[in-house]
Formats: sequence, C-alpha cells, structure tokens
Amino acid sequence: MNKTAMLLATAALIGLAGCAKKPPKQLPPAPPSETTTTTTTTPPVAENNGPTPGSRADFVAQAGSDTVHFATDSSDIDAEATSILTKQAAWLAKFPNVRVTIEGHCDERGTREYNLALGDRRANSAKNFLVNAGVNAARISVISYGKERPVATGSDEESWAQNRRAVSVVPQ
Amino acid sequence: MKTLHLLASITLALLPGAATAQNDQPPGPGPAVGTGPAPGQRLTVDITGGISNKMPIAIPVMPTPNAMQTPAGSTDTLGNQVSDIITNDLKNSGLFAPLSRDQLKPVGFPQVSAPDYGAWLPTGAQALVQGFVQANGDGTLTVGCYLYDVFAKSEMVRQGFVVKPSEWRRGAHKCADTVYSRLTGEGPYFDSQVIYVSETGPKKNRTKRLAIMDQDGANHRFITNGQSLVLTPRFAPSRQTVVFMSFENDQPRVYVYDVGSGRKRLVVDSRYTTFAPRFSPDGHYILFSMIVNGNCDVYRVAASGGTPVRLTTSPGIDTGGSYSPDGSKIVFESDRSGTQQLYVMNADGSGQRRISFGGGRYATPVWSPRGDLIAYTHLGGGFSVGVMGTDGSGAKDLTNGWQDEGPTWAPNGRVLMFFRTAKGSGKADLWSVDLTGVNERAIPTPLDGSDPAWGPLLP
Repeated sequence: MNKTAMLLATAALIGLAGCAKKPPKQLPPAPPSETTTTTTTTPPVAENNGPTPGSRADFVAQAGSDTVHFATDSSDIDAEATSILTKQAAWLAKFPNVRVTIEGHCDERGTREYNLALGDRRANSAKNFLVNAGVNAARISVISYGKERPVATGSDEESWAQNRRAVSVVPQ
Repeated sequence: MKTLHLLASITLALLPGAATAQNDQPPGPGPAVGTGPAPGQRLTVDITGGISNKMPIAIPVMPTPNAMQTPAGSTDTLGNQVSDIITNDLKNSGLFAPLSRDQLKPVGFPQVSAPDYGAWLPTGAQALVQGFVQANGDGTLTVGCYLYDVFAKSEMVRQGFVVKPSEWRRGAHKCADTVYSRLTGEGPYFDSQVIYVSETGPKKNRTKRLAIMDQDGANHRFITNGQSLVLTPRFAPSRQTVVFMSFENDQPRVYVYDVGSGRKRLVVDSRYTTFAPRFSPDGHYILFSMIVNGNCDVYRVAASGGTPVRLTTSPGIDTGGSYSPDGSKIVFESDRSGTQQLYVMNADGSGQRRISFGGGRYATPVWSPRGDLIAYTHLGGGFSVGVMGTDGSGAKDLTNGWQDEGPTWAPNGRVLMFFRTAKGSGKADLWSVDLTGVNERAIPTPLDGSDPAWGPLLP
C-alpha cells in the first residue's frame, strides 16, 4: 500500500472511531488478536451499551429493519420497503467497507423451483433499489432460499406474508 | 460398488412338464370379473376400470429344488420372500387382488411347472404365479417365474432371472414385471429405483438428505449427510449418476454425483445460481436453470461438461425443463405471460409455445417416458398433480390434496409419484397415484420425503 493510501486508511479509521459518538475518554483496550483479516476494522468498543457502530445490530437499529416484504407472486418494492431500504442505503453509505448479502425468500404456497427463482428476483429487487440509492453493486451479493427457510411456521396468510421477504445480512 | 446389472434373463428349460410359453401374443379383451375367458380370448386385466376390476391372483411361496445357504440367506427363505415381494408389487399397482396367506397352498418343486389347477380353481384366482429360487454353482441365484391361466389351465409365460445374491430382490421384481406386463399389456416398472429428498427437523430449518431406495422402499440408503441443503435430485438414464442442487458453501449450484464412487462435481462452474437440473433421455445433456443478472432461463450443457447453451431468453422466469423421450422437445414452465404456465419448445430452443390454458397456474412439468402425456402441478385453490396431452389437451387433475406437487413418472408411464405437504406442520411425504386417478397411496420412507424422481427400469 502506498503512503497516500496508508494515510487515507488511517484517516478512515479515525473517521470510523468518531463516527456516531464522541471519542472515548481513554483509549479502549487493544482488541484480542484475530486470525481473520478483513477489510473492515474491528470497531472500537462503545462506552455505552448501544450496538457497536458498523455491526449487524447497529444496522438493524439504524435502518429500522433488515427485512422488506412482498405481495404474493410479486417482487415489487412497496412504500414500506422503500422507506426501509432507503435507511439501509444510508447506513451502508456510512460504513462503506461493509459487505451485504441479500437473501430472497418465498412463502410455501409455490412450487420448489419457481420459488428459487422468485426469491432471487426479490433479492435482486432490493439490491437494485440499494444500487440506485448509491450503494456500490460490488458490495452486494444475492442468494435465494426459495421456500426453504421460512421465519413464520403457520399455514395462514399472516405467516405467508412474513415469509415473502428479502433480508439484508451484514456481518456481525 | 459394482454396476447394477441383471446377469441374465433366461428361458426356463430346467423343469419338465409344461409346454413352451407363448410370450408374444398380445392380450385380447379381458373377461368380466368372476368368469373365465371366453373361448379364444386370453386372460387380461381390465386396466381402464382400475380398482373395480382387480384380478384375483395366487402367488404361493416359491419352493427351492435344494435348500442351500447363500449370502442372501437360505434359498427356501428366499422363496418365501420372493413371493411376498411379487405380491406387494402387484397389490400396490392397484390392479390385482392377491390371495391372502391362508388361501394359499404350499407348492412342491415338481408342481412348479405342472400346476395343480384343480386346487387353485375354487380359490377364485384367475391367474397363478409359481416359481422357484435356486442357488447356482457359481454363486449366483436363479429366480424362476411361471405364469398360468387358471381357467384355461395353460401356461402363459415363463422366464428365469439369474442374479447376484446382493441383488436377489431384483429377481422378484423382474418376475412381478413379467406377470404384470403379460396381464395388463403395460410396460414393466417394478424393477426400478427412486431418488428423493429425505427430510427431518423443524419447519424453519429442515435437514435434507438425498436418499435412494427401490421403488418398493427396500434397500434405502442416504447419499448425503444433511450438512448442506439439497434439492431436486434426478437420475441419469444409466442410474450411475445423479444430478441435484446443493447450497453448500452458500452457493446454490447444480452438481453431478457418481453413485458408485460418491464423487461429485459442478455441472457448470459458474458464478451464477444454477438449479432445476434434468438429464436428457440419452444421458448426453443436462438441462438446468441459471439466473444471470436477475433473469432465470433454461440452459443445456453436455453432461461431460463444457459451455452451456441458452435455450430461453424471455425476461420472465423460465425454469423446470423436461425432455420428451425421443429428445426432440422440451416442456418447461414460464411466467412470461404473467403467471406460471407450461410451454413446449424444440430441443434447440426454437418454436416455444404455451400449452396450458386451463385456469390457475401450471408448474413442474415432466414428460411421460411413453411420450404421450405431460404431468404437472396445478396451482388453483390447492395444489394438485395432473396430466395433459403434449399439446395441452385434456388436462385432468388426478389428486386433490392441500399441497400436492412435483410429479415423477414410473418407467412405464402408468404411475406417478409426487410429494404431499401437510398444512400447518409442513411435513412432506411421498405418494403415488395411478394414471386413472385411482390407487392413491402413501410410500413409506424412514423420515419425511419430498422431490422424488423415479429412475429408469433396470436392464
């Protein structure tokens, strides 16, 4: 890495540390050594008990939800989904090194293979919204689980509505 | 594992007595239930009536000329088990009413080729299956199989099957197939296997494993360990390989798996999601679906690997391709019209035309191995399994469950297997149904089951 990039990276680190709250009064303890290397830094430990900035819990708290829902057979982004995805995009802009996987899901009232494709369509719909809202497409991957991983286990309209969803998953 | 190969099908000349069977006469119109055939008519099962015309048939225990121990057990025990297997095959077809055990009489070895018609006539049996199990000097077994017309007091067919002890059940299935085909005029299907997804666990997080079993549920074994979500397995025509879809490494992809070695490889080494695989009838190609930049289409690739050829291009979801048995056409599902419907195209992707117009949605099409029909899942109020002509005519739902889906054809194009999901619990089980809609029955599996695919007849 050249000197300029090194300076920029350091600035980004400091920027991240100061992002959502005042700098800590004393230096936080050194994080335990980790064997994994990622492009994201280990976020500094927050002084209060809120979610760590840049973490999954922080994402859900700031965006309101990691999940948007869809009508039957549809992959259209409705008003509520628009609002949630807009906030997701804003958070992702604050933490540009965080990668996101969007999972697409269907309810059980569809056939196995078509639902794999429909789930992918839903995930791509959410992805396209985020890209149009300024998120770099290279940060976003998409996976469909079809009807294989419901969150609601009933066989009723309410459960099905909960299962027709796209979930934006960021690392813990 | 050695290739699954029936060693030989032999004409029986081992026993004295009966005249040579006339195998090749086509069955004529059948007798009414309870009466013998009219003079000049041959004994047949009325297959159009289904359940109401089950043929009473006697399948006594098969004796052995010489009780000997084999790796499969003693030959006299095997004779008992062989007649049980044949009895179950024929009973489960829905077209036969085998005599119960207490109605059956023991048969000595000399009687196998010289039946005591007088003893069988009062039981009401119209057909009689006799045979034997013999240990051969080279370690193989012979299952002898004789079919007799009780009223006409004549032999209809005889056939012997030489099998390895590890495959002794196939001798029984081959005999059942011989009897079934001769009496119904239909093709055989008992000597075949089914691959499916064995399921267990909570509805939110099912554990799924691929499993193979004989069509009667025997010889069940798991071939994956459940660590990755696996879906939609299908046999190659050779049955030595299988295609399926797996989520391992969080990458939904289609794999080819060699049953003997347990080795698998990607069908297409692509960064895109691939699923819904199926072999062509000659085993040379694999159809599959791939989603590129959000657009799902049907592709074809050589089974040995290579560059996929794209067959559909609509911006809708095109998936689930199935070849006609002559390999010239493909039926698939597409929502290009707004809802899931069935389309047929030439094998090169040309001439795509919609064939389902019956109201509601149509999905999971599979072309019959006989070429005459396409089976489907019909999504209306519930999900039903049904069949239609290859031009879409005469669509008829055969089942009426809350969620019946994913039909697969028996090798003779006469019976369908599918899976039925229960409302609420989401538990899935395998079921089969006759082409006429009768004889709907549950297929017993160790755990729950879904995504069945019936393999071809074993040679």
